[in-house]
Amino acid sequence: MSKKILVFIEQRNSEIKKASFEAVKVATDLAAKQNSEVLAIALGNEINGLEDVGGFGINTVKHYKSVDLELYSSGAYAELIAECALSNDAGTVVFANTSLGKDLAPKIAVKLNAGIVMDSVAIKYENDEIIFSRPVYAGKALVDCKINSENKVFTIRPNVFPLGENNGGKANVDVTELSDVKLSSKVTEVKKSEGKLDVAEADIIVSGGRGLKGPENFHLIEKLADSLNAAVGASRAVVDAGWRPHSEQVGQTGKTVSPTLYVACAISGAIQHLAGMRSSKYIVAINKDKDAPIFQVADYGIVGDVFEVLPALTEEINKLKN
Amino acid sequence: MKIAVCVSHVPDTATKVNVGSDGKSIDPNGVTYVLNPYDEFAIEEALKTKEAVEGEVVILSVGGENNKETIRKSLAMGADAAVLLKSEGELDSFQVARALADEIKNQNAQLVFFGKQSVDYDNQIVGQLTAGILDYNCISVAVDFKLDGDKIIAEREIEGGREVVETTLPAVVTAQKGLNQPRYASLKGIMAAKRKTIEEKDAQIGESMVSIIGMQKPAPKQPGKIVGEDASAAPELARLLREEAKII
Repeated sequence: MSKKILVFIEQRNSEIKKASFEAVKVATDLAAKQNSEVLAIALGNEINGLEDVGGFGINTVKHYKSVDLELYSSGAYAELIAECALSNDAGTVVFANTSLGKDLAPKIAVKLNAGIVMDSVAIKYENDEIIFSRPVYAGKALVDCKINSENKVFTIRPNVFPLGENNGGKANVDVTELSDVKLSSKVTEVKKSEGKLDVAEADIIVSGGRGLKGPENFHLIEKLADSLNAAVGASRAVVDAGWRPHSEQVGQTGKTVSPTLYVACAISGAIQHLAGMRSSKYIVAINKDKDAPIFQVADYGIVGDVFEVLPALTEEINKLKN
Repeated sequence: MKIAVCVSHVPDTATKVNVGSDGKSIDPNGVTYVLNPYDEFAIEEALKTKEAVEGEVVILSVGGENNKETIRKSLAMGADAAVLLKSEGELDSFQVARALADEIKNQNAQLVFFGKQSVDYDNQIVGQLTAGILDYNCISVAVDFKLDGDKIIAEREIEGGREVVETTLPAVVTAQKGLNQPRYASLKGIMAAKRKTIEEKDAQIGESMVSIIGMQKPAPKQPGKIVGEDASAAPELARLLREEAKII
């Protein structure tokens, strides 16, 4: 029997991230093929519904509990997870590729002297080897790779792997209460962006480009986004011009996204932008120029002026929704 | 205080990527290589810090002869010295981090900046791995950075907001776009950079931890349909999103 697989359950504000359930499914599938066992670990204070990971094939969750662990502290998190892996004979550690997972996973890799693969979008198990597929050059290409070391750390891209079926089972939650956690670095505050959805997590994104002519016209994008319950995105040109914050930028020097629906408004489709959104399930393009490259990747296109099309589309969507 | 900035030499983001003849890396023909865009923010933050606390900025880069172009650009922005850690061929992130950690130790740099990711392999981990190897504190994806004595207060970007993080030196900080506005190299800086010596050493990379076995282009997306022209097409698009795509 192979060494165990440890899967990290991430909480923010005491709620478990959906991507962690996707990681659980990947871990339990891998364990079935390797004939090994999965152990889960969660860090935080109160964590809602932690026993519910049992419904996805996990028998035991180790919960390291402290008010000091409520917010993310990279040093303390890394030490506790590495220690848990070593003391439980876990050789593989799985994370979701969230902002926390991206920061934490490499720190665990160093502590376990493990090779590390980030942001996998497909995983195969062949001849006793795990083959990871991951995008490079912001998705302009994909590589297949394998980890050569015995210990392994990997992260999976959120919203790509399916959630498992919940069989209603409950996991045994093994709580370790900690007091006085040593924090070499600590988060003192989380500042939320004003109540808006983040492009990295949104299921629908409405993005605007230079064709909107100025920041004062982005209310057209915002109104359509509101009607679709979508996040607002932006092209690099618009961010570089200072019209929108960088946190909204989609593309190679912004965020790589794969929502269910991506609506590109007055965005011509530069190669670095296409790289960041082409894996979206459905793409809608609205552009005046019928030869714009964005139409090459769009499922549905409207050739027209965004100043006329956007209000009309917002109205139609509102009609359908009511 | 010595401040190190680790930079990489990567294909420009406007590059079209084709798979090379080895089937596992890109075809370098016709590709323009540049200083990794995120590293510009790292260099700028190092220069600003140096101006505030008095120090020296050293550029470190792992790779071949071609990296010198990127190193010269970094020097032209105002860095004081540079070391090229020589290595040919593809390295994994761990190997790059080992080579950098080794030289950071040699240099005794207490503060190290990286771009948050290189826009080639997009792993976004070399900074954190290097911090782990050195046992330095680490703040990744920084959009704000303040140094007060040996105390750091920074903000890192997370989903839907920012985390305010406090830590102390020695530390690694990886820079996100928005951290600052990188300066342009002045003519004086460009001339001075030409005269500076780039020190060369063999990179201490250690064993390979991850192997790439193949590279493919993603399956081409089939262009869809033009629903119509102008605002008159809006009702039909809304209908398709509801009935065909089942999104609304």
